[in-house]
Amino acid sequence: MKKIINDPETVVREALRGMQAAHSDLLTVHHDPAVVVRADAPVRGKVAIISGGGSGHEPLHGGFVGRGMLSAACPGPVFTSPTSDQVVDAIARTDGGAGALLVVKNYTGDVLNFEMAAELAESEVRSVVIDDDVAVQDSSYTAGRRGVGGTVLLEKIVGAAAERGDDLAACEALALRVISSVRSMGLALTACTVPHVGSPSFELADDEMEIGIGIHGEPGRRKVKTGSASEMVSALLEPILEDLPFSSGDRVLLFTNGMGGTPLLELYLAHGIAEQLLADRGITVERRLVGPYITSLEMQGMSLTLLRLDDEMVELWDAPVHTAALRWGV
Amino acid sequence: MGCTAADVIAAIRAAAVVVQEHRDELVRLDQAIGDADHGENMRRGFTAVLSRLDTEPPDTPAKVLKLVATTLISTVGGAAGPLYGTAFLRASSAVGDLAELDGDAVARALRAALDGVVARGKAVVGDKTMVDALTPAVTAAACAEGTAAAALSAAADAAAEGATSTVPMVARKGRASYLGDRSAGHMDPGARSTALLLRALADAAAKA
Repeated sequence: MKKIINDPETVVREALRGMQAAHSDLLTVHHDPAVVVRADAPVRGKVAIISGGGSGHEPLHGGFVGRGMLSAACPGPVFTSPTSDQVVDAIARTDGGAGALLVVKNYTGDVLNFEMAAELAESEVRSVVIDDDVAVQDSSYTAGRRGVGGTVLLEKIVGAAAERGDDLAACEALALRVISSVRSMGLALTACTVPHVGSPSFELADDEMEIGIGIHGEPGRRKVKTGSASEMVSALLEPILEDLPFSSGDRVLLFTNGMGGTPLLELYLAHGIAEQLLADRGITVERRLVGPYITSLEMQGMSLTLLRLDDEMVELWDAPVHTAALRWGV
Repeated sequence: MGCTAADVIAAIRAAAVVVQEHRDELVRLDQAIGDADHGENMRRGFTAVLSRLDTEPPDTPAKVLKLVATTLISTVGGAAGPLYGTAFLRASSAVGDLAELDGDAVARALRAALDGVVARGKAVVGDKTMVDALTPAVTAAACAEGTAAAALSAAADAAAEGATSTVPMVARKGRASYLGDRSAGHMDPGARSTALLLRALADAAAKA
């Protein structure tokens, strides 16, 4: 294992220290329990939008803390959900008197810890669970679909709604609307190595890729031979389109995400193919996001996310945001 | 003679050492069908338990179990934190203010722990989770007669068998469920850690 680390045990703490140093104008990092809070929190009268999850997906979630997006993020150890006391602490630190909306990715650990936190919190709390990954069959035989790329879009849109003064019920309803309109799927060309494990999370031969991966280095739906970029993009886009389903005339946001180790050159190449495939089907790409925003350490690979837009979502997407990872309109 | 608070503390210490010793094994099991964090999460949690037992040793069995619960909830993360945390919390409530635990108290505590895990995690037998180890352990403890050590020993044997029974299962809960059929052929790491904990507690109780 080659990594720029001192000690697997202190990776997250040391990274948070660097993040504080880099972005002290935007956020404040608290340790024990670890919470990243926007610098001007609590904002009186504003609904707090709080998310969190295992580390290793940077910039998610800490990189989205700031004006127009998250009020606080709770970073767990690498690929491990945060504990409930982190979430309780985040709720208390961002309490502006208008309640808190917890944005939870659908993983058993995340759901259980946020659920306990909601039970323990002193203020009014609602939770939404995002499960946009079409690679997982949603049935009583699984833990349900995972929360992946759609989380970034959800946090931006609901963060903008809270910033303009929407109340807790309105933020929750909007979040549910986004969740019901967004679908994602990813693939990996290489596995990643969790620092405290020291070896790759799964095996892939030189000519193989894993289709339907999550964001924790867990294997996906199936292992197949690699193909051309066009074949890879189709392999992700087709299941997404069929699932919602998206159809001709839809207006969408297309998010082409890198898993951490994929060059932007390849991401733009893939994004261009996806735009063309959508245009061929009469689907209008009205907004886009391209880059590594929800990653899996150094994994090579990508995910595609499609969000069916309405006028309000477009307005909220365009609204000012000022965070470490997303910044426009300011 | 039953298990006093000091005996329970000694048993929890022994369990913590076993968790530390089996950290890599639990990581490997989790790497096969999950996300490779179970061993490290449990090690972190039980190391924190050891340090809190040093600084604030509780004076009743229930308080020991509650200390374990709150420490695991705030340090383990993942699914194991809330699940083991809930298990120890319910076990603590079940033994009330007893100064010493006998076999009946252990059986009640295990039953309460299982009910808590099921209520929080919604898993049933056959889902390939810790419930597959804990359920037979509860039954065995209830059938055992006499001392806490006897109840724990019966529970530990049953849990080990329960953990082994998860090997051919296809996971229906937790991250392993994403693998579908590919999850078969591996032991569930949560079931394994449950069996390890009960064995360690039983061995310590036998020495008390």
